[in-house]
Amino acid sequence: MDTDTSDSGITTGTDGRDGALIRLDRVEKVFDVRRKTGFLRRERRRVRAVDSISFTVSRGEMVGYIGPNGAGKSTTIKMLTGILTPSGGHLRVAGIDPSRERTRLAQRIGVVFGQRTTLWWDLPLVDSYRLMHRMYRIPDARYAENLDRCVELLELGDLLDVPVRQLSLGQRMRGDIAAALLHDPEVLYLDEPTIGLDVVSKVRVREFLRDLNAERGTTVLLTTHDLSDIEQLCRRVMVIDHGRLMYDGPLTGLHEVGESERTLVVDLERELPPIDVGSARVVKVEGPRQWLAFPAAQSAAPLVARIAAAYPLVDLSVREPDIEAVISRMYAGKTTS
Amino acid sequence: MADRQQQRQRQRQGAPSPGFERVGRSRLMDGLRAYRLIAWMWVRSTMAYRASFAMTLLGNFAGTALDFVAILLMFSRVDELGGYGLGEVAFLYGLSSAAFGLTDLALGSMDRLGGRVRDGTLDTLLVRPAPVLAQVAADRFALRRLGRITQGLLVLGYALTVVDIAWTPVKVLLMPVMLVSGAAIFGAVFVAGGAFQFVAQDASQVQNSFTYGGTTLLQYPPTVFAKELVRGVTFVLPLAFVNWLPALYVLGLPYPLDLPQWVAFLPPLVAAGCCALSGLAWRAGLRSYRSTGS
Repeated sequence: MDTDTSDSGITTGTDGRDGALIRLDRVEKVFDVRRKTGFLRRERRRVRAVDSISFTVSRGEMVGYIGPNGAGKSTTIKMLTGILTPSGGHLRVAGIDPSRERTRLAQRIGVVFGQRTTLWWDLPLVDSYRLMHRMYRIPDARYAENLDRCVELLELGDLLDVPVRQLSLGQRMRGDIAAALLHDPEVLYLDEPTIGLDVVSKVRVREFLRDLNAERGTTVLLTTHDLSDIEQLCRRVMVIDHGRLMYDGPLTGLHEVGESERTLVVDLERELPPIDVGSARVVKVEGPRQWLAFPAAQSAAPLVARIAAAYPLVDLSVREPDIEAVISRMYAGKTTS
Repeated sequence: MADRQQQRQRQRQGAPSPGFERVGRSRLMDGLRAYRLIAWMWVRSTMAYRASFAMTLLGNFAGTALDFVAILLMFSRVDELGGYGLGEVAFLYGLSSAAFGLTDLALGSMDRLGGRVRDGTLDTLLVRPAPVLAQVAADRFALRRLGRITQGLLVLGYALTVVDIAWTPVKVLLMPVMLVSGAAIFGAVFVAGGAFQFVAQDASQVQNSFTYGGTTLLQYPPTVFAKELVRGVTFVLPLAFVNWLPALYVLGLPYPLDLPQWVAFLPPLVAAGCCALSGLAWRAGLRSYRSTGS
């Protein structure tokens, strides 16, 4: 077990020794999974959900934490929020050992679970906030100020008196984000904050998070399947797969490492032989529609201009690479090189 | 850069939030406070559907009332049951029902814990600055459960009018002690059952068989059951201390087992022991959840 008392949760400092708000040092989480193999026979298997992960996040950073399903993302978040106890390694959030001082940590972090609302279904939205007010013992003035700000920026004014069950998914997500911020958390964890939201709601949520980070200096750690969330919010991205940290750096670097490609879908006036414009290669032709792949780091504009100049163009669209594809390419790259 | 960070840090520390950090407040007080807050939210949620609330309250009362009607019907055919008259059975019934009703009101939704573990909503409770047990206990707090307490107290009141008890000050004092200790013993069973659901998530019916089953058992005289069962609920799962032993002392009837007279005064001690054990079980259950996540 951890015997390092000098840095234990009892210290009153907000940060670790070097200003890191979140610090993981070779953190592991091992599960014993029991699987039914027969009517009564069970097989025990050790699963390393998180396998010796180390990273630090400084105050005020906004980090995307991505990876395929079952990669260990939510296990990491659960250890950072004190829900799960790590099996090994050293972990500190704001100087606190999350698993040992769960309730003390709770005062300093905000958590939004994308698919599980913490709002009270049958009560007006504002009632959920009043509960937060009292449960977190938020001073009245601070509560009023924070609520006003969230209401204004998340456009919740007309919704405060509406029972939560009548809110749309996007409205509820905005409501949940506000609920997680009323006690001025230093860190905000968001688990799939834009999942299932319409375009307008997505934009509003992202704008709000960007402002929150810029103006209040709140540290944000978000997991997502939507690469555009990361593109628009995070300068830093961490990729986890099979419990290991595969990549930690800027998003552009991820595209380079993963050699990912975007796809340009082109509709021509009629069926033509595959388009030949040098930097892009045709991956598929279906009647007048053609699919061209080009490096994700490269701008689509010159490519579009060249095609438009040489071919009878009717319509086009650009498809972003999805995270799964980027990661699988990254994996392939690592193992072949 | 480092300077700016330090500055910001100082600003943050320099603007402390009064009353924000929990300083040396006892976990029990924290738990009770969180319980009160959450229970109140559930009461208000129920009041969003007033008509439905009124109907379930009525239904709950009628349902438990019919339960006693079954005993009345039985006594219309026989004069005594295992050597006990109607008034004496009503005395046992009322005590057990009222004590259980108190617990059911306070902790009645503990059996939903397994479901919360399964669907992952327990995690949303673990990120709150309040003891998990208090949050789980207050879950789905329902005032309709007052129906059972009311019924139990009515039956008890009826019993007190028909049974001839040689009252002494000690016996009078034993009545409220019995109710509270009984509720605490049932509470321990609820909490232990909840702890078991961390391990076996579909065990809510196992828990119900001990809680609801236990109270039904206690509503009848111990003399109608096999000695082994009576021994079991005396020495293993000490439900006999909820009403049987102290109630028989009050009624002046012999104990079902060969026990000294003073066992009638053990309920508070038994309750404290049960609560301590179930508290340990709860902690072990929660720890196992936090190390396995499922």
